Formats: sequence, structure tokens, C-alpha cells
Amino acid sequence: MGFETVIGLEIHAELATESKMFCGCSTDFGGEPNSRTCPVCLGHPGVLPVANREAVASTILLGLALRCAVTPRSVFHRKNYFYPDMPKNFQISQYDVPLTSGGTLSMDMEGYTREVGITRVHLEEDTGKSIHIGESGRIHGADFSLEDFNRAGIPLAEIVTEPDMRSPEEARVFMQLLRATLEYLGISDCKMEEGSLRCDANISVSVDGRPGTKVEIKNMNSFRSLFRALSFEEERQRTELGLGHEVVQETRHWDDAAGVTHPLRSKEEAFDYRYFPEPDLVPIEPDLEWVEELRGRLPELPRARRNRFEAEYGLPGEISAMLTGEKALADYFEEAVASGQDPVALAKWIAGDLVALLNEAVVPIQACPVHPRGLGELVALVAQRIISGKMAKDVLREAFETGKGPERIVREKGLAQIEDEGELEAVVDRVIEENPDAASDMREGKEQALKFLMGRVMKATRGKANPELATSLIRKKLSP
Amino acid sequence: MAVSIEDVEHVAKLARLHLTGEEKETIRRQLSDVLEHARVISEVDTSGVPPTSHALPLVNVYREDEARPSLDPDEVVSNAAWAVEHSFKVPRIL
Repeated sequence: MGFETVIGLEIHAELATESKMFCGCSTDFGGEPNSRTCPVCLGHPGVLPVANREAVASTILLGLALRCAVTPRSVFHRKNYFYPDMPKNFQISQYDVPLTSGGTLSMDMEGYTREVGITRVHLEEDTGKSIHIGESGRIHGADFSLEDFNRAGIPLAEIVTEPDMRSPEEARVFMQLLRATLEYLGISDCKMEEGSLRCDANISVSVDGRPGTKVEIKNMNSFRSLFRALSFEEERQRTELGLGHEVVQETRHWDDAAGVTHPLRSKEEAFDYRYFPEPDLVPIEPDLEWVEELRGRLPELPRARRNRFEAEYGLPGEISAMLTGEKALADYFEEAVASGQDPVALAKWIAGDLVALLNEAVVPIQACPVHPRGLGELVALVAQRIISGKMAKDVLREAFETGKGPERIVREKGLAQIEDEGELEAVVDRVIEENPDAASDMREGKEQALKFLMGRVMKATRGKANPELATSLIRKKLSP
Repeated sequence: MAVSIEDVEHVAKLARLHLTGEEKETIRRQLSDVLEHARVISEVDTSGVPPTSHALPLVNVYREDEARPSLDPDEVVSNAAWAVEHSFKVPRIL
């Protein structure tokens, strides 16, 4: 049987505005329950919501970045449902006329490019947060729930893709690229763990070209869990199909700890949200001038920047993708490049040791204690052979931990590599004198002795001897 | 335009209404009458008339993105039937 996996994503990104979508309440994360609420977001009778211009601008900007067309006239709809996370009993969303639609996002996979169709990018309001109290700690079997509406009404951009992804890996890469795009646009905090960026997936497996049954997966809170959940589900569906079973159309919940998806006990009937146009909000007709002004605000986007890094600085694709995957990291790199040092060497230091140090200390690159200029110093010290690559790793760690510049560290600690031939010669002579056996082995052409003698030289100089110079000195003095 | 008992049951369920058999029949008849009454409008040729979702000739009404003080959380839950500290408490959902 020829299986093909088909994946589409639905992503929600909280927009980083100061105030909520339809009222002036603050969007700050956290805060005491219901301390950021007012009659509008609490759905009191007689209130009038008014759309936040910045949220509309951000959504259009995102649509443009994803090559969507801006709808000449779009309206808000009420999505009606009974669930206590919205005090109004409906959520203001968009239905048949989203703000933008019909775009694409191209992503570079290993050896091929995947174009993912963007069905639509629309604007809605976020819901409140429910805390389920009871032994299970989950919605099922809870005794009661507590509702905090601080999040209710925060502007939320919804991005729906076409079912264009063919593997969990493609879905993960898409999500990372979309996150980077949101970050480059500066319109969302993009914190999956805090829930400001959320993702649901539809996945089916077709057999010999016959379309499969779509299953919706929820509760994937990181790139890793998105990948794991989809891999699990892909395998589960293939197994079912391989056994000749039908795949049931349903919504499944990803259990990250157990590493499996469970069917969500669904409400018995199909959803019927009875959408109707929100009468309290007037239509949006973005004028062309505004749209063009927004288009002019589009920054260089992640894929373009990645390609430029490869072309302009000669970076390997993988490192370029990594650096441009986070705007601040790419910015850091370009600031370091301004030091005039070799861009490839700088990129490798950032992608390797520096990112490892940042991850270890759980520090974002924006707060990196090593200034990009400092990284330039480090690369220069290695390039000028003042310190070895191995010493540079220690210097970088020290710079990271103390905030001191690499040059200063090398100076203060007297770490500079011994380049002076006379100075090193004296050390080599002493080592030979102290190790006559090894010296005579070396004279007899036994190469193992070289390693031993080098070890002694390094020990005597606390690792500061220039290795090439020391080796050639030993060879010269003890040639057979 | 006849409304069926199934239609009434569906709408009642969505609206969380519990109706007796007798009530269902009454409402079925009344809803049918309302729809029959409105059906007259569908006889008018409306091709070329855009749907009127909004009565006012207004578009693009925005507020600037400025945060303003919210209510005091004590006040927020003061009318709540059930609250724990400053959270609304609601019966189990599923």
C-alpha cells in the first residue's frame, strides 16, 4: 500500500497590542484573576465594542507577509456557543469574509522546497482561561471550574493552512517559520509555552491516492510536541489502515507525558455555531493607501534573510537557517559581522558555543552577556593565533559568566598563546632534559613519544604553547 | 415554510432549553408561522442588492491601541452568583 500523510494546521497567535481587541483593558500576561476586565470584555448588556486599529493593522501585515490578498470589505461575526470561557456566550470572530486570504509560505526542506497554501488569516478575540478544579485536574471529572477573563478579548490572529504538508517534519518546520515570521513582524510574543502561540492540526493518511479521514489533534504546546503528536498519529492511522480498519473522524487530545493521542469525548452533536454578522461592529474596508503603507512596513522576512546570509556571508544552509530562525539571533550575528571578522567563523561560534551557553543558562540572546563586539574580539584572537580554538572556548565561557571582554580576559589571565620561539624553545629543552627515555624513543623515530612530550610541554605551559610551533621544535631537536 | 419537530429539538438543544412534547408542538407551529410570514420577503427580487448586515452606512470605526484602567476585581465579581476570590466559579463543564 502507498501511504501519504496529509497535514494542515490551524494556528492562533495572540497579537502583542497594548490593549484588548474591543476594549481598553491591558493585555499584560498574568495579573490577578479578572483584574484586566471591564463591562465590554465581560459581556455586560448595552456595551459597545470598538475594534483596535493596531490589531487590524497587525493582521493585515501578517496576511501580506504570507502573500495573502486583503479583502476589500470584511466583517466580524458572532460565533455562538455555550461554554463559560466567554462571558458573552459568543466569540467575536470572522466567518465567510476574513481580513486576508489566499496566500503561500515557502519553506526550504532538505533538498526541496515546499509551498504551503495559506487559506486565510483572520482576526478574532481570545477566550478566557478556565481552571478545572477536581481530583482529575482536567476538564473531565472536574467538580467545578474557575473562570478568569483577563485573556478574554485579547486580539488573536488565526492562520489556516491548506492541507499541503506531507510529514510531521514539514509541519514542524512550517510552525517554526511562521513563528519566525510573526517575530520578524514584531506583532506577537510567540511563546508557545505561555500559550500566546497555539497550534491545532488536521492529519489524514491517504492510501494509494484515496483521501483518508481527517483527525484533528489538539493540545500541542511546543514544536517538539507538535512533531511527536503528528508522528504518533501518522503511525496510528497507518497501523489502522494496514489492518483494514477505518480511521474515525474525531478530535484527539495529545498527552505529552504519555506520548499518545486520546479521543476527546465530544459533545454529541456536530458543532453548530450559528454564525451571524456582529451588528455592533461596522465592516472593515481597508483603503489601498493604508494597505500599501503596511506593505511598506514589511521587514526582510526569515527566508529572504536566510538566503541573503548564504549569498552575502557564505554561511552553510543549516547555520543560516538556525540564525535566521530567531530575529534577535540574526541581528546579533550581523552586529558581530560589523566587527570585520570572518562571518563564517562568527556564525559557527554563535550557532555552537554561544547558543549552548545561552540555553544552559536559560538566557535569551537579547540579554546575552557577551556583546557582539566581544565575539568579534574572540574570533580575532583565534585568527591572530593569540589563543588556540580550545582556549577560545574557555575564554567565551568566562566572558559569558563575567561579562568581561575576551581581550581583557586573555590579558588579565595571561592566557595568550606562547608564540615566541625562544621562550618555547627553553620549555622544550627542559622537557627533553627531564624525560630522557621519551627523548631517545623520539630520536629512534617512535612517533608515540611525540604525543607524550607534547603533553609535557602543554603541562609546563598550562596549555598555552602554540601546538604547531611546539611540535616542530620537538621534531627539530629530536630528529632521528 | 414548515418547521419540523426535529428542527425544534435541535434549536432547543443549542439554546439549552428543555421543552415538553406539548411545548415543542406549539413552538413548531409558531416558528412555522413566523417563517411563513417572512417568506413573503423572499418573493422580492433582490439580485444586485447586497445583504444588509449593518444598517448604518459606516465602515472602519476604530479605537487607538491604548490601555485604560480596568474594573476593580472586587467589583467584577460583585454580582456573580458564585465566585472564589476574584474568579467566577461555574458548575462542571463536561
